[in-house]
Amino acid sequence: MANQYIGQPVKRREDNRFLTGKGKYTDDLKLPGMTYAAFARSPYAHARIVAIDTSEAVRSPGVIAVYTGNDECGQFSVPCGWQVDFKNGETMKEPPHPLLAVGKVLHVGEDVAIVIADSLQQARDAAELVNVEYEELPVVTNARDAIKEGAPLVHEDAPRNMVYDWEIGNPKEEVDNAMASAHHITRLDFMNQRLAPNAIEPRCYIADYDVNADKYTLYTSTQNPHLIRLLMCAFALGIPEHKVRVVSHDVGGGFGSKIYHYTEEALLTWASKKIGRPIKWTSDRSEAFLTDAHGRDNCTLAEMGFDKEGNIVALRVKNEANLGAYLSTFSTCVPTYLHGTLAQGCYKTPLINIDVTAVFTNTNPVDAYRGAGRPEMTYILEHLMDTAALEMNMDPAELRFKNFIPPFDGVNQPGYQTQVALQYDSGNYHGTLRRALEMVGYEDFRRQQAEARKSGKLLGIGLSTYIEGCGIAPSAVVGSLGARAGLYEVGQVRVQPTGKVSVYTGAHSHGQGHETAFAQFVADKLGIPIEDVEIHHGDTEQVAFGMGTYGSRSLAVGGSAIVKSIEKIVDKGAKIAAHKLEAAAGDLEFKDGKYTVKGTEKSISFADVALTAYVPHDYPEGLEPGLDFSSFYDPANFTYPFGAHICVVEVDPDTGKIEIKRFVACDDVGNVINPMIVDGQIHGGVVQGIGQALLEGVSYNDDGQMITGSYMDYAMPRADDVPFIETDRTVTPCPHNPLGVKGAGEAGAIGATPALVNAVMDAISTHGVKRLQMPLTPERVWRALKN
Amino acid sequence: MEVSIQVNGKEYSRDVPPMMMLAEFLREELSLTGTHIGCDTVSCGACTVLVDGKAVKSCSILAAQVNGQAVKTIEGMAENGNLHPIQEAFKEHHGLQCGFCTPGMVMTAADILSNNPNPSESEIRHGLEGNFCRCTGYHNIVKSIQHAAQSLK
Repeated sequence: MANQYIGQPVKRREDNRFLTGKGKYTDDLKLPGMTYAAFARSPYAHARIVAIDTSEAVRSPGVIAVYTGNDECGQFSVPCGWQVDFKNGETMKEPPHPLLAVGKVLHVGEDVAIVIADSLQQARDAAELVNVEYEELPVVTNARDAIKEGAPLVHEDAPRNMVYDWEIGNPKEEVDNAMASAHHITRLDFMNQRLAPNAIEPRCYIADYDVNADKYTLYTSTQNPHLIRLLMCAFALGIPEHKVRVVSHDVGGGFGSKIYHYTEEALLTWASKKIGRPIKWTSDRSEAFLTDAHGRDNCTLAEMGFDKEGNIVALRVKNEANLGAYLSTFSTCVPTYLHGTLAQGCYKTPLINIDVTAVFTNTNPVDAYRGAGRPEMTYILEHLMDTAALEMNMDPAELRFKNFIPPFDGVNQPGYQTQVALQYDSGNYHGTLRRALEMVGYEDFRRQQAEARKSGKLLGIGLSTYIEGCGIAPSAVVGSLGARAGLYEVGQVRVQPTGKVSVYTGAHSHGQGHETAFAQFVADKLGIPIEDVEIHHGDTEQVAFGMGTYGSRSLAVGGSAIVKSIEKIVDKGAKIAAHKLEAAAGDLEFKDGKYTVKGTEKSISFADVALTAYVPHDYPEGLEPGLDFSSFYDPANFTYPFGAHICVVEVDPDTGKIEIKRFVACDDVGNVINPMIVDGQIHGGVVQGIGQALLEGVSYNDDGQMITGSYMDYAMPRADDVPFIETDRTVTPCPHNPLGVKGAGEAGAIGATPALVNAVMDAISTHGVKRLQMPLTPERVWRALKN
Repeated sequence: MEVSIQVNGKEYSRDVPPMMMLAEFLREELSLTGTHIGCDTVSCGACTVLVDGKAVKSCSILAAQVNGQAVKTIEGMAENGNLHPIQEAFKEHHGLQCGFCTPGMVMTAADILSNNPNPSESEIRHGLEGNFCRCTGYHNIVKSIQHAAQSLK
């Protein structure tokens, strides 16, 4: 019974509190003497602030304080966490992002004043009374418009609104030459539209300054409490880190949007010291649409060249990435190191050039949203592949098999060196596609499709074979690429005297089920019942340090840190056991929760070793008491999950409505600790991918007003928009981390979108429709069919 | 104004502002924070509770409007420490991830199943139309409700 829990669908231990209404989300907390904040936000996308009059708001009932950018807080700015330089070596443009607007507002919804009052209603009422005189300025919202000469400037010191330009891959001239001699070129010119992440729990912060201890506590709905503490203390406010505690209990979904250090977190922290009372702010949904960092928003021109046999000869992509009005924490790495570096996909493409220009616009900041750069690149590659197959009259599965990188396990065969810097760890792209084709019954479907077409039915099938890069690392490498943080993780394993185990992880769960999955492998590695293991996260005073959860990194990086500590525990335990058993440590075997002298019956249980460590009466000389280790794990490489998604649709020719008949996903996320949780991650990701393909899109009008700022206007998948998702997996372990795991959080959102769009294009190809812009609304499809 | 509302079987009388929403009444007056607010505009369903047995979005109904009525929240579903079969099914079939939409989903499921003990997949999906989940893709929520229907028979 070496692995009692690993690989099992263990039911989640966190579920009871959520199912009985006992979750502890930030908005559920109420502190004694707590006050409430509301914001006066900019109604304009670009305007000069001529004057702010807060006198009426200050006099309003219950108001304790009103602050604007003219106060001390206007001098503080939240930082960007990743530096990307221009091609010519100049540093990116990085204007300050003040906690409250100073002199100008740059997007609708920007914080102009904070009002703090005894009750929420009083704060909201008073925020309405903040009188701001604006002088409107010209607005730019689209990336391609923003880089034109003469476009309105969002920041005066960023000419043509450029944040940076950046390039990766082979020299452009080589790629251009290969493209010029290609037999066929498939070209896509499209918009990877802006999305609103829409975690169902709105952002919420409570800041509480304790004057006696001179100490701040920030309760925040974040995905990475330590990172928020670091950014806020060291960069935003300049307050001592050891005097700040950041707590993030239960968090109602993140999808990237709760990674970043938002201005409101720092502002509330600063203000709570000013007023000497706790302050709570809970975003409403309109504020969430206007101010939670968005995702995607790239204008893309992509070309793939093929020879006569269908072999890819070159890939060329030119991208304009809209980063919004300010640089959000990780915004700058999304269209570059999380995007351009994935351009190899699953293919042997010999020549690749990716050219990116990132720009400021008068819109809300854009940052990582589920997948972050990888869905955008996967959409490029996979939509190119199916489109090319249609254009060259080839089967899209065959075209892929022809171009796939051959299987490699990273142990017997080396990792695969891409043209775009990364080296893949292990992969078997043939395997996942073969299985997905089998699941969907590909050949049968093609026969049915041919029959259906005779009677005018529009049936289509779309493929997508993605690769993902998770757990980005090692720190030295990402540092050389501009990351201003390390990307390791911390895991502490504290064995209590009775052999019970408390684990402290720097990863953070906001739906991923760490309390269960982490406990599964800890219990197995120590050979103890899962009930004896407790996982702690989300409090900077409990957990030594951590980088949090995003980029599908928790198990691959956070799990590995815990394993490292377990190894130290087992090694130290062996010394204690050897002493007790009067044997050499090297002669012991640790299995099923006990140390045994090899080839004998002599053994001692893990619990007895733990007790001995804490009651060291009969104990090895010179060995420290206790059984408690903490480790930092800095991975050797990224992990590279992959998979194949296939979607079958029927399009109604009279209405343009798309029905998803089947969605099949065969993913390879390496070893699996809890298959139930992994499947759940895939389901959720796929449906977010479906959302982008069919429904979602943030729109601004020419004045920079968001016209999709509520659930009435922004369409997200509901239960009756989607089918059951059929899942299966292959297992190609990660060769460089101790659990062999790769990460599953984003796979669905990466693979699904192109599979669905490809299916629709396949269905309507008989009507001569060549290109369609996402989201594929019935209206768009219907118009295309009519033209 | 004075309101008397029975919540999870217990009578509560409170003097509340006339504009107080039921969700706020539950969360702020009674500290029943299992009822969540995700949008304030009846769109997300996280705040769903049962009022006299029917699913209602508590963010958009005044506390005063349910004066004299019986409200059931997620906190009232489990009895004597035992999960309700719907809660049990959600746990068994991984019908929740971050847990934020979960109370609304469970209450809506109770409404669906009380009206239709044998719902088809499409009836369940249609019944969940007013509730957003951003984590599960609805897959395991639908499965959970299908299984709950079986165990409630």
